[in-house]
Amino acid sequence: MDILPQQKKSQVLNKKLSLCLWGMILLILCSCAAEVQKTSLPIIGNRDFVDGDTIYHTIPSFNFVNQDNQAIDKSSFENKIYVADFFFTSCPSICPKMKAQMLRIYHEFENEDRMSIVSHTMDPVRDDVAKLKNYADKLGVSSKRWHFLTGDKDQLHDLADDYFNIVITDPEAPGGYDHSPYFVLVDKKGHVRSKCNGTDKDEVDEFMDDIRLLLNEG
Amino acid sequence: MEQGEGLGKLIPPLANSDYLKQHQNEIACLIRNGISDTIVVNGIEYDIPMEGIKNLSNAEIGNIINFINQAWGNNIAFKSPVEVDRELENCE
Repeated sequence: MDILPQQKKSQVLNKKLSLCLWGMILLILCSCAAEVQKTSLPIIGNRDFVDGDTIYHTIPSFNFVNQDNQAIDKSSFENKIYVADFFFTSCPSICPKMKAQMLRIYHEFENEDRMSIVSHTMDPVRDDVAKLKNYADKLGVSSKRWHFLTGDKDQLHDLADDYFNIVITDPEAPGGYDHSPYFVLVDKKGHVRSKCNGTDKDEVDEFMDDIRLLLNEG
Repeated sequence: MEQGEGLGKLIPPLANSDYLKQHQNEIACLIRNGISDTIVVNGIEYDIPMEGIKNLSNAEIGNIINFINQAWGNNIAFKSPVEVDRELENCE
């Protein structure tokens, strides 16, 4: 039963309208705030505290060879930042999409000496140096900017963990491996500073902003 | 790649691809079993192996072929489930 008089009803309605209006203003303000640009990147991963010092997650040392059969280890990226991912040349699922996006990053930063791209194969049995060389050539990219790395399978798969990528040998999976699609941004100290889904164009656009931000960090 | 254009000389195009038009009877087996031979598409050689996708059903493969055949400006005839089944029975 309707117990409110007409005047009271219209007051309630007014109140509701004004609440709506304030809600909308708040929403607009929030969305503006969200568009404010980041000024620095966090250090991603677990951290330890030892004697008052903070120990950040750091990429451990590694020894691989690239598509030119050159030995590549951590010192190859001294004073450089790099973007890392995991793939294999015969990967039928997400790798082609990831490589198309990584190619965008490559072209965007083609003349940037302070940055490299590092793609690790998770299938070193099939992906030897010659295979990787052919792959890089067909993609039309230079080993000066983009390393394709192969080496010991356990070392490659273990290192994926440190880059927050999961690699699982699975005979049932397309191509024999299950794996995650993350591009990972590593700074000069070996700390992970950003990551994104390498199959998602919008995420990769934001990731490229993060690369610029890290380059400006010097 | 979203427009069926492929990727460099790694992955051949599906849009306006002479290979796709000329090898319609092999596409179903190619999706299931992959291919490691060198193929020539629109005059360019492609030699990176493509893995097959074993866990797709005949019907799923048929749907993919009919999608590809009509996507990105392609206009290749509809393939019936019976044709897809027959081709998949006779894969090499």
